[in-house]
Amino acid sequence: MQFPFLSVIVFIPMVTALVLLLMKPEQKKAIRITALTAAMLALALSIWVYFAYDKAAAGYQFIEKYNWMPMLGISLHFGVDGLSVPLVLLTGIVMVTGVMISWGIDDRPREFFAFLFILASGVFGVFTSLDLFMLFFFYEIAVFPMFLLIVIWGWIKTREYAAMKLTLYLFIGSLISLIGALAMYWTSGLHTFNMLDLEHAAFSLSFQKIWFPFVFLGFAILGGIFPFHNWSPDGHVAAPTAVSMFHAGVLMKLGAFAALRVGIMLLPEGAKFWSPLIMGLALVNIVYGAFIASVQTDFKYVIGFSSVSHMGLVMMGFATLKPEGLIGAGVQMFSHGVMTALFFAAVGMVYDRAHTRDIPKLGGMIKPLPLVGIGVIIGSLVSMGMPGFSGFVAEFPIFIGIWKTQWVVAVIAAISIVVTASYVLLVVRRVFFGKMPEEFEEHIKPINTLDKIALVFLMALMIGIGLFPALIVPWVQSGVQHVLTLLGGA
Amino acid sequence: MTTLIWLLPLPPLLSFFAILLFTNKRKALSHGIAVGAAGLSWLGSMIIFMRALGVEEFGKHVFGSSINWLPTGSTWLKIGVQIDPLSAAVVFFVAWTVLAIFVYSIGYNNFGQPKGEHDVAGLPPHGATVTEHGHKHTVPSIEPMYSRFFAFISLFAFGMYTLVVSDNLLTLFVGWEIMGLCSYLLIGFWFGKPSARDAAVKAFMTTRIGDVFMLLGIAFVYSFTGSLSFSEIFKPEMLQALASTPAFFGLSAAGIIGLLLFIGTVGKSAQWPLHVWLPDAMEGPTPVSAMIHAATMVSAGVYMVIRMFPLISAGWTEGMPLNTTMSIIAFIGAFTALFAATIAVAQNDIKRVLAYSTISQLGFMIAALGIGAYVAATFHLVTHAFFKALLFLGSGSVIHGMEHGALHTGDHVDLQDMFNMGGLRKKMPITFWTFLIGGFALSGFPVLTAGFWSKDEIFAEAFGNGHLVVFVVLAVAAFLTAFYTMRQITLTFFGEPRTKAAEYASETPWTMTVPLIVLAVFAVGYGWVGIPEHFPGLGGLIPNWFHEFVGGTLTELPKAVEFSWVPLITSLCVALGGLFFGWLVYRKVKSPKQDFLQIPVLKNKWYFDEIYNFVFVKPASWIAEKFTSLYMDQTVIDGLLHSVARFSLFLGHAFRNYFDKPVINEFLGDGTGNVVKASGSGLRKIQAGRIQYYMVASVAVLVIFALLYYFLIGGM
Repeated sequence: MQFPFLSVIVFIPMVTALVLLLMKPEQKKAIRITALTAAMLALALSIWVYFAYDKAAAGYQFIEKYNWMPMLGISLHFGVDGLSVPLVLLTGIVMVTGVMISWGIDDRPREFFAFLFILASGVFGVFTSLDLFMLFFFYEIAVFPMFLLIVIWGWIKTREYAAMKLTLYLFIGSLISLIGALAMYWTSGLHTFNMLDLEHAAFSLSFQKIWFPFVFLGFAILGGIFPFHNWSPDGHVAAPTAVSMFHAGVLMKLGAFAALRVGIMLLPEGAKFWSPLIMGLALVNIVYGAFIASVQTDFKYVIGFSSVSHMGLVMMGFATLKPEGLIGAGVQMFSHGVMTALFFAAVGMVYDRAHTRDIPKLGGMIKPLPLVGIGVIIGSLVSMGMPGFSGFVAEFPIFIGIWKTQWVVAVIAAISIVVTASYVLLVVRRVFFGKMPEEFEEHIKPINTLDKIALVFLMALMIGIGLFPALIVPWVQSGVQHVLTLLGGA
Repeated sequence: MTTLIWLLPLPPLLSFFAILLFTNKRKALSHGIAVGAAGLSWLGSMIIFMRALGVEEFGKHVFGSSINWLPTGSTWLKIGVQIDPLSAAVVFFVAWTVLAIFVYSIGYNNFGQPKGEHDVAGLPPHGATVTEHGHKHTVPSIEPMYSRFFAFISLFAFGMYTLVVSDNLLTLFVGWEIMGLCSYLLIGFWFGKPSARDAAVKAFMTTRIGDVFMLLGIAFVYSFTGSLSFSEIFKPEMLQALASTPAFFGLSAAGIIGLLLFIGTVGKSAQWPLHVWLPDAMEGPTPVSAMIHAATMVSAGVYMVIRMFPLISAGWTEGMPLNTTMSIIAFIGAFTALFAATIAVAQNDIKRVLAYSTISQLGFMIAALGIGAYVAATFHLVTHAFFKALLFLGSGSVIHGMEHGALHTGDHVDLQDMFNMGGLRKKMPITFWTFLIGGFALSGFPVLTAGFWSKDEIFAEAFGNGHLVVFVVLAVAAFLTAFYTMRQITLTFFGEPRTKAAEYASETPWTMTVPLIVLAVFAVGYGWVGIPEHFPGLGGLIPNWFHEFVGGTLTELPKAVEFSWVPLITSLCVALGGLFFGWLVYRKVKSPKQDFLQIPVLKNKWYFDEIYNFVFVKPASWIAEKFTSLYMDQTVIDGLLHSVARFSLFLGHAFRNYFDKPVINEFLGDGTGNVVKASGSGLRKIQAGRIQYYMVASVAVLVIFALLYYFLIGGM
């Protein structure tokens, strides 16, 4: 039997969380080292899985299946395809970098890392589950520690409000999806939650038309779809840095990914029927998010709303139901994950030193924090879709996909490119250049080595993919091929 | 051969990284690397160019190779390099101007001078005080960010080389965007000056608007043809299909794509109505202006649209009436040529005059392309690059000389205002003579200068093919060009010095003057390669190499237009007339008050900045601040949330006071009630009630929408 890579990846963080909780709270250094080691191990395994994935063979690989409740047709069933394997890798990356930049957390690091790791377990679980029930199970595991992480370690002004808002949105979202999922379970007549079987359940057209919106929108709430986007920027701002990285970096992808896997892949006819409406909502996300981001004065809110805008592109790519759009959306999930992780890490580093995120009050940060500045500049280039960076590799196919579907939408969505350029440039200029306020002179300490490693790692990924798209696109493409087959070769 | 083409853009890129990462502190090494890299690329370009000359019918046997880059669906998006006659001609001038600008930058940034006491990064150097022979005096000081400057212009050169050697729209776009970024970095190089910061943002944003349309154009090309490489798109059957497929607004697919791509050029090459950024770009150091105006950025825009000519003109053959897209291009070009020239006559800043002349000359090229004069447009692109680089570097040299005088005498006047100059021909002879050559080339001084030949060809094409409106408009623009050029030369170099700074100005070092001389040679000599065959007296002495060579890029060699005296005489009259009047009017003028052309509407550039601010900038910020953020997010969505929350609180109170307390408590006692109360107030504190109800409200709205959609649209 093959080494059970996926279940090991999923459970490493969970087990580590338990181990951490058994350690003495005073052993802060040991706790941090344990956390970092475990995160590295998970990353190493996910890198292995990524490169060992056979793109030519495509389909689901590294499959593991353990019966759990056979009478209900539930099993612990793992496997990855070309769309999920980059996201597993992304989770590993965000986990390691998140631990690195949270090195300085002094308030109960034991609990902090334990919750963070439970969250990571849930995320890994969703990306790798092939069982619909387990997918929901891991989904809830991912959402629940968010609440605690934000309430305990979050920004004191809004943490309670934001945590509550986020949790309610996400639970209600998952509830709506769950209703849809149960409908599928009962109607299919297969008595199984196995998604590989459900893919071939051949639901009737009217069934798909009625239930697709439930499943898709329920998950899309976690992807930040308009008008259910408001939890996300509030949540970002209130969360501590590493949690924001997780939140924007992978959690929102969780929603988009599940919307694709459960919504579009299991109910393809429904997807075809509803795709114009989703396109409309996603279009609002893209343009509206960009406009709102451009007037925010809080550095973190700017990034938060830019995520709303960029996740709109992912949803838009899905809704095109065209190979280009889907590939672009797949790459965008990864690229945006890395980009926002970097942005939030950078915001955190500035905030920790300046104790403000108010953009007009900042300035001249490039001098004491050169690497952070370079990181934000590169992130900005990614976010405005500059060729040579990963953002372009994602956005360009999406735009081709949109153009092929409906050129008017492409033209309107293109407005966001200009708006995005304007606000990221403004942030870079105001925060990192210009004159540094006097009270910061001598007070801004340089970042430590772990921070630097994390930043450089994230930057290298964005440039690497930008220059060599073949590092990710063939994977995504092999996954998209399967989606297209389900859609009937559309 | 193809390996060499692949390698061509690389040296400047490596130089960029090397300087930024390793040699930032060591100035001599930094400029050594940058100039060395530019030299390597220059050498490579010359080898490629010479090889290209040796190939018979080069247009049919181009150098090129490509590799797979981005997999999309069933095919790969290929990227590759290609040198055909057009790119060979462009790479030739890029190599020369870039090298000249790099060498010039050493002197311009005061290499070898002491550090200034008050100099800070982000501001131009203020000068340093040195003690010599026992008395103190001020001399120019070295640029504080000397190494960084060379890193940035190296990246700029990389962008341009990438763009020129591309065999597809994708890498062309990559180079295009890199240059956009570099223009931002370099225009805002002195980021300590607010005006420079604003100019950088303005340049980036304005060109970016064009870029977005270009990107859409690329998306359209790709979704139609499934490829982005020129050789695929320009296949006759593909062009045929593009030209015959109707798209929208009554235009064919080719027409729409052509227009979208052309809007990219309008942004990049500063054509009306996106011209506003280029004059402000003067805030950057002068070598940067030369880079932007001649060697790279704006030339790139014109190059792209020339490159896409087969697509733009798909379905059109010589002699036919222009198609819609071409007419629009011709109109924009001709209009811009005249419009910018009228502004240039009223500017007093030496660099601003040149900036508007660039916009105007680019208009000539665009107009030429619009009327189908492919070769003439390319010819003017090349000659213009040489003489405009020369003029900008010359103006930098003038300002530098003035600065020397200003520091020496402590006379702090506006060093770029031409009314503060005068009489510089004696103080700066090399700068004067080279500037004169550049200015005459710009004016189209007959026979001797390159500008004459390229401009004359545009006139001949416009007249010969019956585009009389374009012909007349361009002729007026050319007259104004000669006029304002002579105004500039007269005010700057002739007469007597009008300030102390001008009186003590001195010639600049050899690193600055040698590039001027080299460029001056081309500003004269390059015209001789394109003399029309039937030109009286000279025609046929030297074969019209340029026409044969560049024309070979197209499938069919364009016909040379027949000789006619009308355009020739017009060209002679406007050039000589403009020069003469410019000298006549301004030889006596001493101050702006005596200048009859200081008309507010011209001086203020026809108020375009103000109009745009009113029509675009304000509404956009209104949409962002008021509409989306305040009205939608905070008023509508939050308002919904708040009113629902208020209603729910009211309902909660009602339940509590009229049902819970009197009814439930009666039966269940106070214990439960207290728990409910405690948790209720706890929840209210974190405003959870609002969220739930907001969710419910949103779901309800969406459900209604979904139902409407399902029954109304889905039912159809």
